[in-house]
Amino acid sequence: MNRICMAAGVRRGLLAMTVAGFLGAGIATAQEPIKIGAFLSVTGPAAFLGDPEQKTLELYIEKLNASGGVLGRKLQLIAYDSAGDAEKARTFARRLIEQDKVDVIIGGSTTGETMAVVPLVEQAGVPFISLAGAVVIIEPVKKWVFKTPHTDRMACEKIFADMRTRNIAKIAIISGAGGFDKSMRAECLKVAAQNRIEIVGDETYGAGDADMTAQLTKIRTMPGVQAVLNAGFGQGPAIVTKNFRQLGMKVPLYQSHGVASKEYVKLSGEAAEGVRLPAAALLVAETLPDRDPQKKVVVGYKREYEAHFKSEVSTFGGHAYDGLMLAVEAMKRARSTDKAKVRDGLERTHGYMGTAGAVNMSPQDHMGLDLTAFRMLEVRKGEWTLVK
Amino acid sequence: MSAQLVQYLLSGVTIGAIYALVALGFSIIFNASHVINFAQGEFVMIGGMTTVSLAGAGLPPLAAMIAAVLLAALVGLALEKLAVEPARHAPVVTLIIITIGASILLRGLAALVWDKKVHALAPFSGSAPIEIAGAALLPQSLWVLGVTLAIVLALWWFFGRTLLGKAMLATSNQRVAAQLVGINVRRVLLISFGLSAALGAVAGILIAPITLTSWDVGIMLGLKGFAAAVLGGLGSGPGAVLGGLVLGIAETLSAGYLSSAYKDVIAFVLMLAVLFFMPSGILGGRAVERV
Repeated sequence: MNRICMAAGVRRGLLAMTVAGFLGAGIATAQEPIKIGAFLSVTGPAAFLGDPEQKTLELYIEKLNASGGVLGRKLQLIAYDSAGDAEKARTFARRLIEQDKVDVIIGGSTTGETMAVVPLVEQAGVPFISLAGAVVIIEPVKKWVFKTPHTDRMACEKIFADMRTRNIAKIAIISGAGGFDKSMRAECLKVAAQNRIEIVGDETYGAGDADMTAQLTKIRTMPGVQAVLNAGFGQGPAIVTKNFRQLGMKVPLYQSHGVASKEYVKLSGEAAEGVRLPAAALLVAETLPDRDPQKKVVVGYKREYEAHFKSEVSTFGGHAYDGLMLAVEAMKRARSTDKAKVRDGLERTHGYMGTAGAVNMSPQDHMGLDLTAFRMLEVRKGEWTLVK
Repeated sequence: MSAQLVQYLLSGVTIGAIYALVALGFSIIFNASHVINFAQGEFVMIGGMTTVSLAGAGLPPLAAMIAAVLLAALVGLALEKLAVEPARHAPVVTLIIITIGASILLRGLAALVWDKKVHALAPFSGSAPIEIAGAALLPQSLWVLGVTLAIVLALWWFFGRTLLGKAMLATSNQRVAAQLVGINVRRVLLISFGLSAALGAVAGILIAPITLTSWDVGIMLGLKGFAAAVLGGLGSGPGAVLGGLVLGIAETLSAGYLSSAYKDVIAFVLMLAVLFFMPSGILGGRAVERV
């Protein structure tokens, strides 16, 4: 609610300023600002996504305006809090399109919110950059819909590729009951065969489960398991990691990008030693070698964000950064804010280096990331280290 | 193969002891008032989270634990005094709904006072697993089991041998008669909330190294603890322990031999089956309506 009032307030303020301008000198018919619409889960269960996303948009729009704006026009952010609710997301997206008449929409912190809005933007013809993870957003390709984060499937492929280099062919999966866990598990099962990985065990655990030794014991007795992959989010993976060591299991343990945070290492303690997982370069920004083409952008964003908000950077904020920059680049490429031209501009994105990796879009690919977006990390002495 | 079975049983006992500790708290308040306190899980959370934050602030672990138990007991007393007692003439169902409200309030407060992150507490005596017949057991599980046993014995002594404990039982059986023989019924209710809150906090501290702790850890633990209490027989101390262990072992055995995806379903179906044939739980007293 606050958000709505604020946006309305800003609009009224601008109107007053414009009117004042006319009355005053009559010169400089203030250029209409470029309107960036956003709906993000700033509160609610997905607040850990929406909060850094909104902060990032606010910070960088301010910075862009300070350096003269885009195409000689200022940027204006109109952001609503959809609170993780698909129904609210729909309402706010309609408002952004019909009332606020925004030039581009960034948002949808979660896949559910994004998919609820897709029919609206497709019908209205507004370029829409989603910040959510699932493959369904861009597959099949939708004319007006783009996305910045990497997908679960890419995380699976990255893990499988690393397993192949260690001559691992047979694995067991253990996953939780959450949406992230289920989606990741499904994607991994789907792409395992083409990556020459055989999944011989498939166990699950419930939300809030206290102990996973039973599932792990079952996996341990399965013949030929060479590695265990835990597709999970939240505290489950930390308990799995502890139980894994408790049972003295010797095969490699892989975690997903869902727990690529310092918190996971802290919660698991010594048990996390040797665990591998794929993660965005942003998490290891400072340890990237200087020749890494992504280093400049991730270190830049990380320092800017952390200096400004005094809190640790997350990949989610990075997705919003990429979304904003892609939109700005596309407008520059189109030399206008005409919606169709901006859409075409987005589709022609080539060689853009963002926090998620190098983006090369095409009419067939509205995400444009490849596996280099992920870095394989290993926990050594309680710290993330790059593998190879 | 047998090592596998031993592991399932040990894991089941660990989980079961956790459920049992939570179930005991349900039983105490039920004994005194026939109220099922759905804020019991939140007492567990307060115990764990307070210890983590105080220990993090530099307090010695033992001092942090004692402070956490005291804080939880205070919260329990306040809950009874401010929310349950003013509504003491209301039917039991109303009181139960009040405790649901209290649990939501406490969860919200915890998210505000602390944060929404998951926290870990260091195990009391290391994390090197103990080998038993090819299966591994964490030392912390022994702590949970040992303290559960000690609490059951203490409660048995309290309810069977002390005047206050007997007064609580009497209040539970016949409130009016208890009042007539001079038992301060209101004080009994107050003490039962304080006691079960303190017990919940002890559970929360003991299990935090195993399950980790967070602002919302009480939801699932409260639910499973309630299921264990019902299974064993509401109001019975040994019943709570037995119910917890049966539930825990049923979960791990079905995860191990049947399907981990349906382990909760299997455990709850088992519970329903038991309740179908023994409506007042395995060790619950026979519910007889006297006219």
